[in-house]
Amino acid sequence: MSETNKTDATVNMANLRGGVEYASQWRLMWDRFRKHRLALVSMFIVLAFYSIALIAEFLAPFAPDEADAKKVFHPPQMIHLFDTTNGFKFAPYAEAYTLTRDPETLAPIYVLDKEHKVAVTMFAHGFKYNFLGLIPTDIHLFGPKTHGETFFVFGSDRNGRDMFSRIIYGARFTLSLGLIGVTLSVTIGIMLGGVSGYYGGKIDWVIQRLVEYILSLPTIPIWLALAAALPKNWPPHLQYMAVTVIISLIGWTHLARVIRGRFLSMRGEVFVIAAKLDGCSEARVIFRHMLPSLASHIIAAVTLAIPSMVLAETSLSFLGLGLQPPAISWGVLLKEAQNIRSISAAPWLFLPGAAVVMAVLSLNFMGDGLRDAADPYSH
Amino acid sequence: MVDIVNTAATNNDVILDVRHLKTYFGTGDKAVRAVDDVSFQLKRGKTLCIVGESGSGKSVTARSILQIVDPPGKIMDGEILYYGKDAKGQDLARLDERGKEIRSIRGHEIAMIFQEPMTSLSPIHTIGDQIIEAILLHQDVNKEEAKNRAIEMLRKVEIPNPAVAIEKYTFEYSGGMRQRAMIAMALACNPKILIADEPTTALDVTTQAEILALIKNLQEQYGMAVLFITHDMGVVAEIADEIGVMKNGHLLEFGTAEEVFYTAKNDYTRELIDSVRKLETSARKARKNTTTDQKLMEVRGVSKIYPGRKGFLGGKTSAPFKALDNVSIDLYEGENLGIVGESGSGKTTLGNCIIRVLNPSGGEVLYRMGSGQIVDLAKAGTHDLREVHQEIRMVFQDPFASLNPRMTIAQIVGEPLLVSGKAKGQALRDRVTELLATVGLPAMALDRYPHAFSGGQRQRIGIARALACNPRLIIADEATSALDVTLRSQILDLLLDLQEKLNLSFILVSHDIGVIRYFCDRVAVMYKGQLVEVGEAEKICSAPDHAYTKALISAVPGTHPQDKRIMNRHRYNAEAPSKVA
Repeated sequence: MSETNKTDATVNMANLRGGVEYASQWRLMWDRFRKHRLALVSMFIVLAFYSIALIAEFLAPFAPDEADAKKVFHPPQMIHLFDTTNGFKFAPYAEAYTLTRDPETLAPIYVLDKEHKVAVTMFAHGFKYNFLGLIPTDIHLFGPKTHGETFFVFGSDRNGRDMFSRIIYGARFTLSLGLIGVTLSVTIGIMLGGVSGYYGGKIDWVIQRLVEYILSLPTIPIWLALAAALPKNWPPHLQYMAVTVIISLIGWTHLARVIRGRFLSMRGEVFVIAAKLDGCSEARVIFRHMLPSLASHIIAAVTLAIPSMVLAETSLSFLGLGLQPPAISWGVLLKEAQNIRSISAAPWLFLPGAAVVMAVLSLNFMGDGLRDAADPYSH
Repeated sequence: MVDIVNTAATNNDVILDVRHLKTYFGTGDKAVRAVDDVSFQLKRGKTLCIVGESGSGKSVTARSILQIVDPPGKIMDGEILYYGKDAKGQDLARLDERGKEIRSIRGHEIAMIFQEPMTSLSPIHTIGDQIIEAILLHQDVNKEEAKNRAIEMLRKVEIPNPAVAIEKYTFEYSGGMRQRAMIAMALACNPKILIADEPTTALDVTTQAEILALIKNLQEQYGMAVLFITHDMGVVAEIADEIGVMKNGHLLEFGTAEEVFYTAKNDYTRELIDSVRKLETSARKARKNTTTDQKLMEVRGVSKIYPGRKGFLGGKTSAPFKALDNVSIDLYEGENLGIVGESGSGKTTLGNCIIRVLNPSGGEVLYRMGSGQIVDLAKAGTHDLREVHQEIRMVFQDPFASLNPRMTIAQIVGEPLLVSGKAKGQALRDRVTELLATVGLPAMALDRYPHAFSGGQRQRIGIARALACNPRLIIADEATSALDVTLRSQILDLLLDLQEKLNLSFILVSHDIGVIRYFCDRVAVMYKGQLVEVGEAEKICSAPDHAYTKALISAVPGTHPQDKRIMNRHRYNAEAPSKVA
């Protein structure tokens, strides 16, 4: 048959574009993403943060609410890896300090106790927990050799609780809240944005006015009002769910707009018309033909939305209206660093802030990288 | 290969002498050799056409001359000797691409016009401002003088009422007017060479004829040399004095128009010319006639009216736009009906209204189903339409946009079968393999994504999808216009083969008279939403009755260099057709 002799010109054009064209969209996206160094590094940081949140109990040497009145506002300690007193050998230890108080101001002063060392060991036995909620154990990544001794890598707070363990536990609440909040937002956003963009017309008008109305509301006062309505005696996990819902009720608007724009521009694409003529139902056109093309964009938009969720949680809790102690989140921890005494006496109480900045920045860089990579054909 | 380097280096006639030009994208082994050892000469006051299919390197050659190749493209080797300034010649390839010298050549000595005038003109400045700036940049005149010259230029490119037109913005000009404005701007400084890169490709055939005639006239007035880049052999036949044929970065053939058209040495050149000449014949005449006297579809008074829009803040309401105005036409079973017209004539709208991508505002489309039942497509509900859409299928214009980039070929072609529940699993895969074989694609295409295929192959995939549910009627909307000319007749032949095998009828929507003449039995000519003439394809394409059709047919470029059909074309003044009045 004559049609099997494709002319050399077309074959040649196909060859010119190299081997990349046989790759699937995810492959192309990953190839582009990898070239974005900062985004790649950020992705590993983000992954590290979420792993930390996942296995918080294992990584935390102490229980987050384990208070010690004799160790209040303890400054951060170095962990020395090698013991040089009797020759050179690997024996991690932390120097021990004893608490004295300034006789005039009663400010705590920690004095180096040369007699004692707190021996630190890997896979130490500590408080009991269920690893990943399944396996009961008491092994921690590292901890004091002797049960009952303490050391504070990131210092301790006003009740003598280990900041390091608390930040790790805080990551769990704050970061998972970002994820769950975004999932909620995306669900609402895809539904309303998709309907708005696909059908257009009056439905679009109504949904867009709703989005504009919600966006015109000042966020902080609304959060405050909603959060103030939360009963104070709710258990932490209920509070947590409520805060998540409150934040995502506002967060979906931006996502809905992004998704609507994508649907609107794709609605007229020839391959969508072709799908309709193939006899596809509307649901199939939307979910089988349109959404896969948007998936990469949606993932990018989602990644960029998580940081704002994290920040929203932090601000709410900081204002004392989100999660309440004894729940631990980065916002709750920062709230405790709210006074002048902390700044002068215990600046390490701001470390959760550093964690927030790092998490938000790396999520943002990663989202930028994903967004650029989402359109491999566009460049 | 043609080697003419050693012939006429001192020849006074030559204004531009390109020798062994090599322009590569990238470096090393992976470099794409867009222009690979190309040599040609451009003579004073003559027109040289460089012709080739997409990706042949013809545009890069033109851009190399002015050193405006997009990065990472770079001139690697060769000389571009320009004899416009002094007799010794100046090597443009050696000049710094950002230097003063090349800038004094660009626009001033050698001007260029592009395919899409909308993107070459600034949307936020008036046409006048842009021409005046071009004059001020290269000539030592004051603003007043420059403006007068700009008006003079617009008059020369036959823009009506230039003193008013000069104050208008780009969007207020039509496509043809924009290209005229571009030419005015290019000619504002009396260049010695005009490089025209596919200047008429985006234009309708009648507008194309006008622009070509204009360039020819101006060339005679100014005595400039024209380097004309095109893929269209017809255009070449109309205007070329000399022709260069390019393919894959090589210049395969170079010679005078007569030489290339009648005594071509290269096979590819002959193939190119043959595929154009082939479209001057009718393939349907040569095959057995499949047309029956059984009516398949009756289109009765179909209209599509877009209501006028209210102005901002309740201002004036614009007049409603009639995209289709009371169109009636019949289609017989086994027949190939062509719908021809220029852009905006409503031909695509008609196709879309028949298959109900668009909802017609009025009229009936009576379609006789395979079961014998008559359905009015204009009013059919969702359920009926689904049945109808298995019998009436569509092949789209753009093979790149019509296939979902996220689905494999097996999924795309199998979708209608899967959705209608006709086949699934292994049976579906077998059927898709069979369909691909019908359109001449191997089974290994199944699990590839569309971007692995060239334009022609993708169009075959589109056809396979259309065939999936054993259709009776296929509407092909400009199905070949995005393809290179050698592929065009291949796809048309494929469709004709399928018609004989599968008892199909076709509605072919096209602006291309050649394609229509080759493929169709009957032709309907559309103009501004109305049907102006219906008749046998042969008659419409050679001896039409209506004045508009005459103008349209006479604007189609011929395929013999001495035809010069465009110069002697029949003109139709762009009023509404007489039927309306």
